[in-house]
Amino acid sequence: MIQATGVSWRYDTNPVIDGVSVTARPGRVLGLIGPNGSGKTTLLRLLYGALRSRSGQVTVDGDELATLPAREAARRLAVVVQETGGETALTVAELVLLGRGPHLSTFQRTSRADHEIAARCLARVGAAHLGARAFAQLSGGERQRVLIARALAQQATHLLLDEPTNHLDIRYQHEILQLVRTLDTCCVVVLHDLNLAARYCDDLVLLGAGGVAAAGTTDEVLDPGVLEPVYGIGIQRLELDGAIHLLFHPIDQPAEERSAA
Amino acid sequence: MTVTALATGEQDLLGIAAQRRRTGLWLLALTAGLLVTGVVAVGSGAVGIPPPTVARIIGHHLVGLPGEVTWTPPQEAIVWQVRLPRVLLGMLVGAGLAVCGVALQAMVRNVLADPYLLGINSGASSGAAAAILFGAGAGFGQYALSTSAFLGALAASLLVFLIARSGGRVTSIRLLLSGVAVGYALYATTSFLIFASGSAEGARSVMFWLLGSLGLARWNALLAVAAIVLIGTIGYLTVVGRRLDVLAIGEETAQTLGVSPDRFRLRLLVLVSLSVGVLVSAAGSIGFVGLVVPHLARRIVGAPHVRVVPVAALLGAILLVWADVLARMLLAPQEIPIGIITALLGAPFLLVLIRRLHATGA
Repeated sequence: MIQATGVSWRYDTNPVIDGVSVTARPGRVLGLIGPNGSGKTTLLRLLYGALRSRSGQVTVDGDELATLPAREAARRLAVVVQETGGETALTVAELVLLGRGPHLSTFQRTSRADHEIAARCLARVGAAHLGARAFAQLSGGERQRVLIARALAQQATHLLLDEPTNHLDIRYQHEILQLVRTLDTCCVVVLHDLNLAARYCDDLVLLGAGGVAAAGTTDEVLDPGVLEPVYGIGIQRLELDGAIHLLFHPIDQPAEERSAA
Repeated sequence: MTVTALATGEQDLLGIAAQRRRTGLWLLALTAGLLVTGVVAVGSGAVGIPPPTVARIIGHHLVGLPGEVTWTPPQEAIVWQVRLPRVLLGMLVGAGLAVCGVALQAMVRNVLADPYLLGINSGASSGAAAAILFGAGAGFGQYALSTSAFLGALAASLLVFLIARSGGRVTSIRLLLSGVAVGYALYATTSFLIFASGSAEGARSVMFWLLGSLGLARWNALLAVAAIVLIGTIGYLTVVGRRLDVLAIGEETAQTLGVSPDRFRLRLLVLVSLSVGVLVSAAGSIGFVGLVVPHLARRIVGAPHVRVVPVAALLGAILLVWADVLARMLLAPQEIPIGIITALLGAPFLLVLIRRLHATGA
């Protein structure tokens, strides 16, 4: 469980996240959604400690994140960031094996068991055949899957992903999120696509200007009445076979007034 | 977790075991190459001494075998007093500069990083010159020179990184330019100090600090310090290989994989400065080894640092000893500064790298 209470972050004088509280519950997938610039990535970075909020605190399974040693934090939180590491000369297999690092002592080298875990994680993201390739030569989608495999190899109790479906074609978008769903870890995902959020998240936090516009179960948050003012787009919600689908349309009349205001 | 579905027991998943065997073979071959290099290099010079004689003299001194003396006293003096310390220093300098290059390249995620190009060598030169001419760091006794060189190197590297970093991300161009600027300023300072002091600092001339030389190698405390520092550095860098791997990928990645990037980088910077300080105070400023050798090592054994560091150390040691042999033999009996040889070999390599950076748009 990750619990953030009253965390804030500002770039220069411009607060992006201001006194925000979120809770990611064990065994559930929490989606962070919101328009561009609403601070989804910033909030995620606060949750895994890349940014340290001056106010409030972040706890992981009850322990304050700031006080955890880096290695211990890495055993609890696996993160897929958008930093691609595209210039590395490592092979895919070597890169995925780095995920085992937090479990190894300084003098320990990776064992057969580690290799097995890494191979299995590569297979889970459909990248088993890429093991010997140079990471830098992969396509964007392949890289993304390999980075997810590395995070899985970390076998942490929490998995945080920053727009994991970026660069992926539609099939892999669903495969990756389906995979995330099947994990019994606590997951936090930054998502752009509201329909993916609808299908794969249990809970959602909707970020608007400076803070949380809505938080709750996916069903509660994906309410056109809640979403429309935040995104500035007309939304129609359908339910087919018990799944939520959102359709979008421009809001006709007040578009100019909106941009003028 | 069941693994039966994946492996039957002997299968080499991910090819890691094969890769380890390959690296092991390379290390063996390079170690053998280093020994041969040592013996041949000690034998070559103005007075040629056959390698078997060299081996016997060294064996006699080290382990008392063979006990019977079959060589002339001048041969013994040349081998033991003059050339062996020189070759050993060459090995230490080559290995040290190579692994410092490896560490710097991982630290700044930039293949152009090298202690010489980044002005760290010139910082060490300035420190050392200040120690010789004005007794800076005299409180450290016989280690005054190394200590002062270390402090100079540390100051220079901090300065270069602060300049390169100002305004955000460290880019190749900013790093190189700040390295060049700081390097020139410090070389000018060193040269000025030497001229202004008016002292007949005969052995260590401006040339020594600019282009390096192994000619001052003796069995002394400095050689011992260099050996300890460098073997320690190589050992440390090998052990933290995985951490270097994640640091080379990116700060954020390093942190999420359990490495505190800032603390680790600072530790590396101090270690590199220490090594460069010791090396420069013993052999002057020798360029391009730290740039070229890491690339060769990666070509041979791939990118993981646990393999790159020891391979780069051995390669660097071999290459520098041969460069020194060339420096002694080309215009014999006159000796060319070794930095001329390494620059002649290294500068074209730098051009190739810059071309490649341009091509990939990095």
